Amino acid sequence: MTDISLSPHGAAAAKAQSNSIFRHARYVVAENPVTGAAFGLFILIALCALIGPYVVPYDPLASDTSATLASPSFKHWFGTDQLGRDIFSRVIVATRLDFTIAISSVMLVFAMGGFAGIAAGFFGGWTDRIVGRISDTIMAFPLFVLAMGIVAALGNTVTNIVLATAIVNFPLYVRVARAEANVRRDAGFVQAARLSGNGDFRILLMHILPNIMPIMMVQISLTMGYAILNAAGLSFIGLGVRPPTPEWGIMVAEGAGNIISGEWWIALFPGAALMIAVFCFNLLGDGLRDLVDPQRRT
Amino acid sequence: MLTLISRRMMLVIPNLIGVVIITFLLTRALPGDPAAYFAGPAADKQAIEQIRVKLGLDKPLIVQFGRYVADLGHLNLGNSLTTGQPVLTEIKNRLPASAELTLFGLILSMSIAVPLGILAAVKQGSWIDHTCRVVATAGVSLPVFFTGLLLVYVFYFLLGWSPAPLGRLDVFFSPPPQITGFYLVDSLLNRDLSTFRAALSQLLLPGLTLCIFSLAPITRMTRASMLAVLASDFVRTASASGLDSRTVILTYAFRNAMLPVVTTLGMVFSFLLGANVLVEKVFAWPGIGSYAVEALIASDFAPVQGFVLAMAILYVLLNLIIDVLYGIIDPRVRLET
Repeated sequence: MTDISLSPHGAAAAKAQSNSIFRHARYVVAENPVTGAAFGLFILIALCALIGPYVVPYDPLASDTSATLASPSFKHWFGTDQLGRDIFSRVIVATRLDFTIAISSVMLVFAMGGFAGIAAGFFGGWTDRIVGRISDTIMAFPLFVLAMGIVAALGNTVTNIVLATAIVNFPLYVRVARAEANVRRDAGFVQAARLSGNGDFRILLMHILPNIMPIMMVQISLTMGYAILNAAGLSFIGLGVRPPTPEWGIMVAEGAGNIISGEWWIALFPGAALMIAVFCFNLLGDGLRDLVDPQRRT
Repeated sequence: MLTLISRRMMLVIPNLIGVVIITFLLTRALPGDPAAYFAGPAADKQAIEQIRVKLGLDKPLIVQFGRYVADLGHLNLGNSLTTGQPVLTEIKNRLPASAELTLFGLILSMSIAVPLGILAAVKQGSWIDHTCRVVATAGVSLPVFFTGLLLVYVFYFLLGWSPAPLGRLDVFFSPPPQITGFYLVDSLLNRDLSTFRAALSQLLLPGLTLCIFSLAPITRMTRASMLAVLASDFVRTASASGLDSRTVILTYAFRNAMLPVVTTLGMVFSFLLGANVLVEKVFAWPGIGSYAVEALIASDFAPVQGFVLAMAILYVLLNLIIDVLYGIIDPRVRLET
């Protein structure tokens, strides 16, 4: 996809190619309507993140002592919590924070893991050994436990949640990028680029990276869901996001105590939002994978 | 077989070294002053300096690392700031609770996921296959703490079938005398059926939560590897030779399909051990996960560090066991070494 703009084809050829990609995309979506639905859902979530805070009916932080623990009604669609805060508004506003955490950690690990992986696959030798050892060591930990340890050590902030989520995903990106770069290190276009006098780093960034971009995009959307779950899990146990900030994981934690007394709505709605977001990203990732690499369908 | 084990043991060593280095770095080389941290917020400059010398933080990093490794060699993980107890004893006391929960969840999950995966592969494209796909995708999407809370709401609050989600045993029961540390096993060994039933009813919901969580990867893997095996030559030969489909599927295909599934168990354990922390918090389960969470909230770092280290060592050992198991199931691996 990205390589269209970089390849030296004429405009007509590029158009034909993009046409065929479009047709292929339509074919995949028609084959699996779930992917289309997931894409629609994704747009909805992105909208919530973008304009959510401006359209919600109540201030997510404003408490209302006259309406504490109200069950869902027309006035409060998702009910209210112990302090009388409107849960619907809180769930919508939280989208932005959860989304930001997930996207920034995925971008961070894409930059770190993607680059380390390409370099390892392309140069081989010592680079490969060092990168491989680092990701093996990370993989030696149960991932969530390592994330807990990192946040505990670095300090209890949202930035460190982003960092920890990025670090535990590092080996996955390295593995994909390394395998893809390794296949292409002696490809014709790489040799041509080298013959025309491009340096190693230029070849890595301008020739190999654009070619493995589609596969990396699939990896990004597959790990987005995990990143959201990881961040929400960390805030559920009290790391990172502090109350009263609206965030799905911490909202579920706030409602956890009320479950046994029957006030289900406090934990259910943020939990459901979390589930839908993760579900959407997983379906989208599967769909993207079918689009990019039909052989890996399961 | 012994050569396989010893060769695999050699691979464990660099992993363990990496784990120790990382847990060390997590405390020392990272931003923030551990001395000020251990001294507490009220300490003045002099007190912080004293603690720095006491903890050896004024020495070069490499010396500190040597000290850390020596401490580990003496099985000294430090003391908890809040309880004053040695971290190691606490972890040792709480480990059986976590292990019982994790194993129970895993066994439950295997006993559902493996038949489901086989059925989905055998009847590819049928409604079982579609159910399997939905279950697999939904399972990875469900936040484990959320599943736990839903189960509590339905089975405790609405239906009243299960006891309050508070720990391993109802307060009216006393824990069985410790033999293995697993309440289910210990109560059976003591022929104490009522305690067994009480422990089981407490274990059921958290176990089910972990089971739902780990269902997805095992089902997926079973289905995929079963499909691959069913398409292979020896299965075709077996059914062409007139063996009934039951024999072909269960004896010929199943045994071969299990190999990749055993390998995925490593990844499943990585997820399970992490999910365990969240499930323990939801069900007030007195395991090492909730110990670490309590310490985290109190900013008590030694237990967290001990917990991370213990989990990593446990995980490395589990992977070792899985590989050895693989050698037992598949004779070809043994021949290669």
